[in-house]
Amino acid sequence: MEIFHNANYDFIRWRWHAIVLSLVVIAAGVALMVVRGLPLGIDFTGGSSLVVRFSQDVTLDRVRNAVASLPGEEVVQQFGDPSERRVLIRLPQQEGMEEGTALEQASLRAEQALRDAGLPTFEVDNRELVGPVIGADLQRRGIYAVLTSLAAITIYIGVRFRFSFAVGAIVATLHDVLVTLAFLMFFRYDISLNVVAAILTITGYSVNDTIVIFDRVRENLRSRRRDPLSQVVNTSVNQTLGRTIITAGTTFLSVLALYLFGGEALEGFAFTMLVGVISGTYSTVFIASAIAIILSQQKGGKPQATAAPSGEATERQGRKPPRRARAS
Amino acid sequence: MMKNLQWRMGLIAVVIGLSVWAFVPPSQKVKLGLDLKGGVHLVLRVKTDDALKVETDTTVERLRDTLTRAGVAFTKIEATSPTEFRVEGLQDDAAYRTQAADAETVYDRSSEAGGYSYRMKPNVANQLRDETVTQALETIERRVNELGVAEPIVARYGAQDQILVQLPGVSDVRRAKEIIRSTARLELRLVEQGPFPSREAALQAFNNVLPPDAELLPGKSEGSGTGGTSSSAWYVVKKVSAVAGNDLRNAQQSLDEFNRPAVAFTLKQDAAVRFGSFTEANIGRPMAIILDGRVMSVATIQGRITDSGQITGITREEMLDQVITLKSGALPASMDYLEERTVGPSLGQDSIRAGVTASLAGLALVVLFMMFYYKLTGLNAVVSIVVNLLILLGLMAAIPVTMTLPGVAGFILTIGMGVDSNVLIFERIKEELATARGARAAVNAGFDRVWWTIVDTHVSSLIAALLLLQFGTGPIRGFAVTLIIGLLSNVFTAVFVSRTMFEMILSRRHQAQTLSI
Repeated sequence: MEIFHNANYDFIRWRWHAIVLSLVVIAAGVALMVVRGLPLGIDFTGGSSLVVRFSQDVTLDRVRNAVASLPGEEVVQQFGDPSERRVLIRLPQQEGMEEGTALEQASLRAEQALRDAGLPTFEVDNRELVGPVIGADLQRRGIYAVLTSLAAITIYIGVRFRFSFAVGAIVATLHDVLVTLAFLMFFRYDISLNVVAAILTITGYSVNDTIVIFDRVRENLRSRRRDPLSQVVNTSVNQTLGRTIITAGTTFLSVLALYLFGGEALEGFAFTMLVGVISGTYSTVFIASAIAIILSQQKGGKPQATAAPSGEATERQGRKPPRRARAS
Repeated sequence: MMKNLQWRMGLIAVVIGLSVWAFVPPSQKVKLGLDLKGGVHLVLRVKTDDALKVETDTTVERLRDTLTRAGVAFTKIEATSPTEFRVEGLQDDAAYRTQAADAETVYDRSSEAGGYSYRMKPNVANQLRDETVTQALETIERRVNELGVAEPIVARYGAQDQILVQLPGVSDVRRAKEIIRSTARLELRLVEQGPFPSREAALQAFNNVLPPDAELLPGKSEGSGTGGTSSSAWYVVKKVSAVAGNDLRNAQQSLDEFNRPAVAFTLKQDAAVRFGSFTEANIGRPMAIILDGRVMSVATIQGRITDSGQITGITREEMLDQVITLKSGALPASMDYLEERTVGPSLGQDSIRAGVTASLAGLALVVLFMMFYYKLTGLNAVVSIVVNLLILLGLMAAIPVTMTLPGVAGFILTIGMGVDSNVLIFERIKEELATARGARAAVNAGFDRVWWTIVDTHVSSLIAALLLLQFGTGPIRGFAVTLIIGLLSNVFTAVFVSRTMFEMILSRRHQAQTLSI
């Protein structure tokens, strides 16, 4: 059984359309970030969040009214399935308060407000209090981790393949990170620690498909030295199209299960992965190879000359396996 | 060939056996994180400046003493920051420098008009900060053990001055937090005057100028409020304490003369000698027992006291907590809470249930797809996924790696991402089959040609996972470790296990041309 029998789509012809489409999505995401601000969760901004479980059904409005008088802007949401009667209350970082004693004050006041409002009895299932120092530290480390990961993967691909491929792969990965962020904006997800973990995972995963295509491009370049690079790339994309879709598909299925059944706490993570996997497949087919071609053409003027693996193949024989055994 | 195959199958059987043995029964062998088991996760910051300030203050007092005794004139000597102090109005520079030579081992000196300013040497300050955090860590460990928490974690965390404390299954979070944080610095100081009903009244009695060697401290806080500065008793006490925090040998529950709860403490040998001569010299004067900057009680020194004392006028709860904190020793510096995450056990239970459901659903979806798309060969992939998961669970139990909620996500991702390697290999075999060189050649070519692709894809995923490990806090690290183990064992299952299964099938047929793929 095959999804694509002898697929022969002209992906390269559509590369500019694809790039424009991606830019539009990313620009919309960035515009939203500028207007609304980056929706960082309390892991990064500091603040408090409470999950309380009521003994009887309560409407969210009643909970909202109960905590309305507290300083700052509270967020009140259903947590998990309504039958669990869990409500999430998020309180902003209290400004001008000293750390330490103030850390738990916001949450204690919120609990008192709930008791005073005559709501059914409740117990606190989860309490997260994050001070601004921790948040700022995590922000820095999160950005550092994503950037280092991108750089390390670029270097690895640069060593294993060649520079233009590495740039293509990394632009595609960066594209996935930005598109994922844009969709987090569209669907109003907060950027929590878990979401950043998912984004980092995406940086490692989305480059996988790209590696598969590039491996095939390299293999094909050896047998078709006279064809222009763009044609070789297009053939390679088509030859590997089936496995690109299937590998993304299996990952998508498992993440979908996580999204549907994994519970409230992992929803942001699962959503990020869902978007990232789809974007990763799209960018592999349309963006990565397009960038690799554009760069190769600009660099050498003559695509063939730069396209052939040339001297680097023999150069690396020593520490690499025989070329024949290297492509999928 | 047959022998080789038997050897491979044996190895796989051993690996599966060991893995299963390692994690069965999972309820006992797989460690659960706080987010699944319930408990509290705390991050504290040690205010290391406190310790530096003590060092600087002590140096200043010692220098003042030395200079006065040696008759070296100066107008002022004072600490200007936790790491700096200044000496002003010196007349005899040479005499000063012989007397003050000691300070230069710890401080860098620079000249000023008529005096000197000192700043603590950076390496000394760093070492002192580091020692302070280590000491705080050890003290917290002792306190947590006294609390009787099972499997607590106390460790350095993030930045230099942070400490992580994880207490599984603790229900009274507030008490645990107070006990961990209280400095438990016990001091015995002479009282100049007091009590006064308010801070203002106390200052008035001294015409708003306290003697240079005295300071104003509040009495016991009223009610059960923590941290407040309200008090109806204020004392003017000497700055110097007859004993220091680490002079305490033991503390235990006790009763005072009216059968009310009290804490009895005893001093170490050398402190007892010092305290003996101190009390002897001050018979008839009032002495305050001060705990964490609050005057707990004041008593007149009746005679020479050597090694024991009592804190009275406290509630039963206060007594229990003070025994724990005093026994475990004083903290070298005060601390702040930077982060607190508490998970109730019922939420943890629900998370485990959701995680198991999602894992089974994810596995079912992927298995169905593989069986549908690759027919019999799909079974090969299914076996390799299942073996992958068994090894993952086995290693997690054996290392051991704590299973966290994001770790569950890593587990599920291992299902979806792990099968990618099988897909790459199967697709290549399909392609090779089309060239009609026979099934055996197709299988061999499929595995050989895909090997380096699999290496490349795994390395890039590992790079991201390693950075995740470096970035993350507890739960995220659980995710990263799960992912890393899953990726590594996937290389074994997707290549070694899967290939062995192909060869098993092929070995039964002589001239295989087709595969159910």
